[in-house]
Amino acid sequence: MSIYLSIIYLIATVTFIVGLKNLGHPATAKKGNLISALGMGLAIVGTIVLTENEISPIIYGLIIGAIVVGGIIGWVIAMKVEMTKMPELVSLFNGFGGASALLIGLVEFNKNIGVAEADKASAAIISTIISAIIIGSITFTGSLVAWAKLNGSMKDLRLPKYNLINNILFLILLAFAVYIVLIGSDSSLLIYVLLVASLVYGYLFVAPIGGADMPVVISLLNSLTGIAAAITGILYGNMVMLVGGILVGSAGLILTFAMCKAMNRSLASVIFGAFGGAEAVGTSTG
Amino acid sequence: MNQFIEFISQNLELIYILILAIFIGVELIKNVPTVLHTPLMSGANALSGVVIVGAIIVMLQSDPENYLALGLGFVAVVLGIINVVGGFAVTDRMLQMFKKKK
Repeated sequence: MSIYLSIIYLIATVTFIVGLKNLGHPATAKKGNLISALGMGLAIVGTIVLTENEISPIIYGLIIGAIVVGGIIGWVIAMKVEMTKMPELVSLFNGFGGASALLIGLVEFNKNIGVAEADKASAAIISTIISAIIIGSITFTGSLVAWAKLNGSMKDLRLPKYNLINNILFLILLAFAVYIVLIGSDSSLLIYVLLVASLVYGYLFVAPIGGADMPVVISLLNSLTGIAAAITGILYGNMVMLVGGILVGSAGLILTFAMCKAMNRSLASVIFGAFGGAEAVGTSTG
Repeated sequence: MNQFIEFISQNLELIYILILAIFIGVELIKNVPTVLHTPLMSGANALSGVVIVGAIIVMLQSDPENYLALGLGFVAVVLGIINVVGGFAVTDRMLQMFKKKK
């Protein structure tokens, strides 16, 4: 990696920390948001411009095309949405971030398929890839469900004994992931089964939770997206992703607890209680 | 198991940074006023869009002939940048509203 890019990542990382700090105080919050946005822009432009590989113009074109298309979509949605619909929009955006992490994981796993034994990624690398896929998938479907619920387009779904079902599914998911790492599998079938199972788990995880508790769940899923970003950061040895992701991960988790406290609820009762339909409405907005 | 110990010893610096960053994140958010919870969540969400850097790296590293990797990378970049741009823009709008009320 070029030294200039490393310096840019360093600057971006500092802007994330300063930005988050400023976001925590009413007087400086707007400035804080701008500072982090600036740092993010620097990191993105730097990554594209300061690469040392020989890049074909087609790929450059595709990257810039993707950024222009996505940037316009994101900007238009953000500007058009009504004030009252903002929390659900945050959830939708968060789901996109999770999907991005899971796609990165899939591409990296595919690189491992059909290569010679000596070139295969180590078990440690495979576990980071698989964690990115699992966490990215859970946040993707989970955030979409949260978005749909706040939207009013989805009702609470409570299977009988849903807590038991969810926890068992989660354990199976973990065991399956460990199994893939241990046998050093490069089968794309196994990874797609894992992908689908994680997507289903994300759905089932959020589906029983009542609408009033959704902000807490969105904050939790947001924290998870940060962790997924950090994991992909480890994969590429990329500091800005690692630190940015972990900051969101830990800050998001603390924020989740703070939101629970503001609602007089425990995180466990939000996730496993699933009765937040009516009674918590009054206190949740605070 | 040996592989994991090897991984840890090779990435010791990374692990130090990881642990320090966890504590910074906790300290930054401690004692935030309740009114700022939602904008803060939105701002943190925009930050988690940093995953787009990885999506760009995926595209930069892929072979121009590898359509699957390029396609997935393209979608990852689009979704990531929506998260970033949309996230920061929505946070800004929220804070604007917040200022007017004061």
